[in-house]
Amino acid sequence: MVRNLESLIDRLWRAQSRDDLQTLSVELRDYYEIAHIVYHWVNSDGEQYGVGTYPMTWVEHYLENDYLRIDPVIQGCYQRFHPVDWKRLDWSSKAARSFMKEAINFGLGNQGFSIPIRGPQGQFALFTLNDTATDMEWVSFTERNLRDLILIAHFFNQKALEFEPNAQPDAARALSPREVDAMTYLALGYSRAQVADTLDISEHTLRAYIESARFKLGAMNTTHAVARATSLGLIVV
Amino acid sequence: MIRFLYADQLDAFPTLRDAMFRDRADQFKRRLGWDVSVDTDGFERDDYDDLNPLYVIWETPDGGHGGSMRFLPSTGRTMVNDHFAHLADTQISSPAIWECTRFCLAADAPPNVSALLMLAGSELMTRFRVTHFVGVFDARMVRIYQRIGASPEVLGSVGDGRDQISVGLWSFTEPALLRLQKRAGVSLEMSRYWAMRAFGDSDKTEWAA
Repeated sequence: MVRNLESLIDRLWRAQSRDDLQTLSVELRDYYEIAHIVYHWVNSDGEQYGVGTYPMTWVEHYLENDYLRIDPVIQGCYQRFHPVDWKRLDWSSKAARSFMKEAINFGLGNQGFSIPIRGPQGQFALFTLNDTATDMEWVSFTERNLRDLILIAHFFNQKALEFEPNAQPDAARALSPREVDAMTYLALGYSRAQVADTLDISEHTLRAYIESARFKLGAMNTTHAVARATSLGLIVV
Repeated sequence: MIRFLYADQLDAFPTLRDAMFRDRADQFKRRLGWDVSVDTDGFERDDYDDLNPLYVIWETPDGGHGGSMRFLPSTGRTMVNDHFAHLADTQISSPAIWECTRFCLAADAPPNVSALLMLAGSELMTRFRVTHFVGVFDARMVRIYQRIGASPEVLGSVGDGRDQISVGLWSFTEPALLRLQKRAGVSLEMSRYWAMRAFGDSDKTEWAA
């Protein structure tokens, strides 16, 4: 069933548990019509957990064999912060090649794309998409959706951070005074040029405030962000 | 040529690495008199160099360091959020905004190097859907950025005259990119090629081939 991406993001925003993230990973996978989506958290102590659509048998096999050590996706993305197509990783070792063959036997596709995420205090996560496709199809898919995928990856991570004990989600999401101003004028129907003019900043700086507010509000676009800020009572119009 | 190297990749280029940290000491400590620490090797390093940042480095034809800058994602720890949030009036955190700091030019760098670095930075923006860089810079850098047509928009400043420190934002419009190209003396194809060498193109074999 094809769902609207915005409604999925809305439900992601309201997610209460890792189980909700699990459900949403399945629906997102279906929305994008690919084989798998996985969100994989690794903290600085090496603790890990994941949600996603990989077959349970593969996940168990992976954990039993401690594949974190040899998985080229982990090796190649850990400590990085740019998205990586799996073709760019180093699969030359014998261990990596046999790992790859096993993964495919367990039901993974031949293409992968991983978005590394850096959170506060050395927290690290990977948001991975996997599918069976040609190189051309895969590059076309990832290029077309990259902006959204990067955002969604980070929204998953925001939620995962929120579910940590000792999390302080409110502080991270409070809008700054300038962000409140920007969102308020947008909610009043001002154009970006008018808002920038009113706040005496350039449109490009306005865009940075909007980006920052949008991320705090877990929104895919500006309209969405304005609606959420209004419904949360963060701005009054 | 431009190299894009994470900190943990620098060791494969020891000469370039050491020259970069020495040139940083030369620029920030000796020439600008910033309160930065220089170790016994003569390297200027700070806490953020330990977070595995991404460096964009101009390597001179003889393998030396011509200039460099340092990137970190604003969703993790950044200098701006740790120390200058009061200037920016906000915690700047977004996957679409990366922090750019330690913009450094070797003392003998030709005048096109600053534009080369910025042009390389714009490749990161295009490839990784980054809309803005946020950075900390001083009054002298404002003039350098102006000269290459890549002025940041200042969000807030502290201090006066040459001691003024500002937090600002960069983003590049098409005309700005054309100006940068002209100043850098290389084509967009060239800067795209450097980024491709570092981050890949799309016609490699399948991972499971």
